[in-house]
Amino acid sequence: MAHPSDRLYSNDHEWVIVDGDVATIGISDFAQDQLGEVVYVDLPSEGDELAAGDAFGEIESVKSVSELIAPVTGEVVEVNGALGDSPETVNSDAHGAGWMVKVRMSDAAETEALLSAEDYDAFITEG
Amino acid sequence: MAEELKRTALYEEHVALGARMVPFAGWEMPVQYGGIIEEHRAVRSSAGVFDVGHMAEFRVFGFEAFDFLQRTLTNDLHRISELGQAQYTLMLDDEGHIIDDLIVYHTGDLEYMIIANAGNHESDFAWLVEHAPAELELVDESARTSLIALQGPQALHVAGELAGPGFVPPPRFTIAEASLDGVPVLLARTGYTGEDGVEIVSGARHAAALWRAILSFPEVTPAGLGARDTLRLEMGYPLYGSDMDRTIDPISAGLGWVVPKDKTGYIGAEPVAGIRESGPTTKLVGLLAEGGIPRHGYAVLHEGVQVGKVASGTFSPTLETGIATAYVSADLAAPGTRLDVEVRKKTVPATVVKPPFVTHTSLSV
Repeated sequence: MAHPSDRLYSNDHEWVIVDGDVATIGISDFAQDQLGEVVYVDLPSEGDELAAGDAFGEIESVKSVSELIAPVTGEVVEVNGALGDSPETVNSDAHGAGWMVKVRMSDAAETEALLSAEDYDAFITEG
Repeated sequence: MAEELKRTALYEEHVALGARMVPFAGWEMPVQYGGIIEEHRAVRSSAGVFDVGHMAEFRVFGFEAFDFLQRTLTNDLHRISELGQAQYTLMLDDEGHIIDDLIVYHTGDLEYMIIANAGNHESDFAWLVEHAPAELELVDESARTSLIALQGPQALHVAGELAGPGFVPPPRFTIAEASLDGVPVLLARTGYTGEDGVEIVSGARHAAALWRAILSFPEVTPAGLGARDTLRLEMGYPLYGSDMDRTIDPISAGLGWVVPKDKTGYIGAEPVAGIRESGPTTKLVGLLAEGGIPRHGYAVLHEGVQVGKVASGTFSPTLETGIATAYVSADLAAPGTRLDVEVRKKTVPATVVKPPFVTHTSLSV
């Protein structure tokens, strides 16, 4: 499974697209496949502060619940509210319409710790 | 987990279909193929096929068979006195707690077959052996026996096509010999999905051919244990290990209907009569949740105070909301009672309902 190289990835299976100081965050295609059909996504609100490495929400499939782990620190500037009504978008388009939050990063250097697509593919292959 | 997981006769079929295999009750079983929700919907709208070959089959034969089962099982065997009849029943310990829930089939003259949960296979058989008279023939046929469930509104049509002209399906809750695509089977009109359908008992070596023949029909979708669980919970069917165990009596579990009041002399009869007399302190109820999924073990609250625990909980693909069964204080068990479920950090409102959660299926029409 090759993940797109237009973005970075975390060990917790989130992807990050950086545009200036704003990071768009979602979960990887690998993660959505492992979860199975997503039935609830619980996201923070605009203005909430995320801390890298901390849980910022939950994603739930029929059989399991997983925490969403923030890949970067910053303030939530936009939330994908459409996932409330159609959480299945996370399965059908994890890397596009299934994005979750946009965060104004307080420390852009944190992205240096994230993985390239190639390294992420290697990471999930190793299990 | 040091112990080697067991595999059914259909293991290779599941792998070839791209199933996600998970450990379940000591077995490596398919939890899903395409996805739990799509498999669930396929069973409700057309037909699904499940490998339930991990379940145990016991044969009981001899002049003592009736008396033996009448003593070790709660339901009244007189109700299945005709050949082919089947019944849902329980096996209790001396304290009246549930050892297992079972289906017993009257398969022949002086002969019965029991289908038991995989997780209780060895302990059930040991219990039966311990209580069996010397004259009785008691055989564990599980290793050489396969069990495939074909369920859904199209299930009987598919079974009929495989059986050939002149096929008459066995009536509900009966079992009969049949030949499906040339394979000799026992065809039971039973299931665990709330849909019409059959459970097919065959020799393990024929299982793969049978599985493939069933899947050659476009009406049929392979379905895993994930969909089996959402389907059974929508009907409020209990699951051993979640809704009942060796600490639970049948009255609290809402299974008084398989423990006839006028039957005496079976193991556990006296404690059960006592609970019936005094009334259970907790009861298993259905919960319809709003905005979250209750799961096994979550606390059930009434006005902020814990009054029970979730037994089984899942997302209902039909209702698209969380559904659950829960043990709650008997005084809060009336349908319509407003409770809450502690779903991790938040509190989700839930209403007590009388299952089934889903009422319109191919069995109800």
